[in-house]
Amino acid sequence: MMQFMEGSLAVADAVRLCRPQVISAYPITPQTHIVEALADMVANCTLDAEYITVESEFSALSACIGASAAGSRVYSATTSQGLALMFEVCFNVAGMRLPIVMTIVNRALSAPLSIWNDQQDSISLRDSGWMQLYAEDNQEATDLHYLAYRVAEDHEILLPAMVCFDGFILSHTYEPVETLSQDQVDAYLPAFRPYQRLDAADPISFGMFASPDYYMEFRYEIDRALERAKERIARAGKEFGKQFGRDYSALVEGYQLEDAETAFVAMGSLCGTVKDAIDEMRAQGKKVGLLKIRCYRPFPGPDIAKALAGVKRVAVLDKNISLGSKGAVGLEVKDALYGSGIAVYDYIVGLGGRDLKKSDIAAIAALAEKGQGDQFYGLRQEVLR
Amino acid sequence: MTAAELIATAAFENGVFAQAFPAFGVERRGAPVQAFVRFADRKIRLRSQIYEPDYIIVQDSTLIKDVNVFGGMKKGGIAVINTEKGGAWNVPEGVRLVTLNATRIALEALGVPITNTALMGAFAAASGEISMDAMEKVIRHRFGKDLAEKNIDAARRAYAQVKGGA
Repeated sequence: MMQFMEGSLAVADAVRLCRPQVISAYPITPQTHIVEALADMVANCTLDAEYITVESEFSALSACIGASAAGSRVYSATTSQGLALMFEVCFNVAGMRLPIVMTIVNRALSAPLSIWNDQQDSISLRDSGWMQLYAEDNQEATDLHYLAYRVAEDHEILLPAMVCFDGFILSHTYEPVETLSQDQVDAYLPAFRPYQRLDAADPISFGMFASPDYYMEFRYEIDRALERAKERIARAGKEFGKQFGRDYSALVEGYQLEDAETAFVAMGSLCGTVKDAIDEMRAQGKKVGLLKIRCYRPFPGPDIAKALAGVKRVAVLDKNISLGSKGAVGLEVKDALYGSGIAVYDYIVGLGGRDLKKSDIAAIAALAEKGQGDQFYGLRQEVLR
Repeated sequence: MTAAELIATAAFENGVFAQAFPAFGVERRGAPVQAFVRFADRKIRLRSQIYEPDYIIVQDSTLIKDVNVFGGMKKGGIAVINTEKGGAWNVPEGVRLVTLNATRIALEALGVPITNTALMGAFAAASGEISMDAMEKVIRHRFGKDLAEKNIDAARRAYAQVKGGA
């Protein structure tokens, strides 16, 4: 059913349909509407789950670990400083191979404090072993939750997943979303079947101690599982398309790439603005296109190399900065295209909620054509020296 | 933000694509805030804020001295302004000015100076972008029974006033 609703509420509704048994989260802007809505559902008995209130994000995700290890389907949501406070716990979740799904409502990190959007928070957890999916619009944000649980709980994968969508730009925007029924979701996402679980009658331990003789193998196994996840995400995305008409089998998705000379690469809500900008530039005869990265972890390097094989230059739009280096996505796109001879330029954009217009996208295309890149875009003049 | 949400929802009820969003983060009553609405006959992908509005709605005309509310408006645009006394505003050429005392309408219909639904009615009358039927449906969905009827009254009064004055 097509409904006109706020992004946060659309996501909360999708989470409800995933039938999480335990939710633990700590409210933080701009994630708050999601967890408020879920707390209401639990209180009103429209969602049969245990909602564990806690005093911090560290405790929220720690509670999720216990619940997941005990064999429950578990959900959390956070953003920015909240995710930063979860840093240690995030690595534990992946190391214990617990298929927790967490919504990240992307927001900038302090200091200075900013409640506005960029993707520094989740990008900074890229090495934690979680899958990371980025949504372009609220439809995708809801749909990716179903897909995330399905892949995370696959016994060949058993890894947590972050579904990332841009704070305010998506979370607080009202737009049409096609919602699914419980029967539809049940047909796509079977009940959680734990691979192993805490059981007092048959005790096991999770995430204990590994000596130098074994630690590397644990890390290797996580890395291999992420590699396998590429195929599982593609399969789950294709199945989603079969059942509901929206195909998410592509980890990266091209727009007007066939004859493009300049290709943008972007993640999240910015892709929509870039698509509109591309239509305008195409109308003026400019051969531009977009490669949208939906799945950032695992990183689909070969898919990116294949999709961009025919272009002359690539302009990566990074809503993050690895300070002292470059944008995180740009670095990996360069790695994916190494040896191809294709010029890759990285642009740091939209940090802390800086708005991006179609004219900005056109200006960045012009910079790339001139061979000017690897720079912040849109800075106030007074800081330039 | 409530007015933006109601207007966009009414447009959606009328069968067009719509998008409503706040100028993020500082939505609280009393502070100057902005919210944006887009309508289109196809899916809306653009996410930037709106810099060249076809329509503006100003909930409090005393803000006009501090904020360039008419910025980016073009010929054929419509500015719906809630005002008691009017004012010497620098309205761009070709922009139609629609003023009403939405605060008084709200006080009479609702008993509180919350002007969202009155301005929604005025916008519907001035722009023709949303129908009275869709507006009433959305108000009924958004508010409880008694409050909905009062808000529909506010929207209708403003609608009639703007239509009558056109």
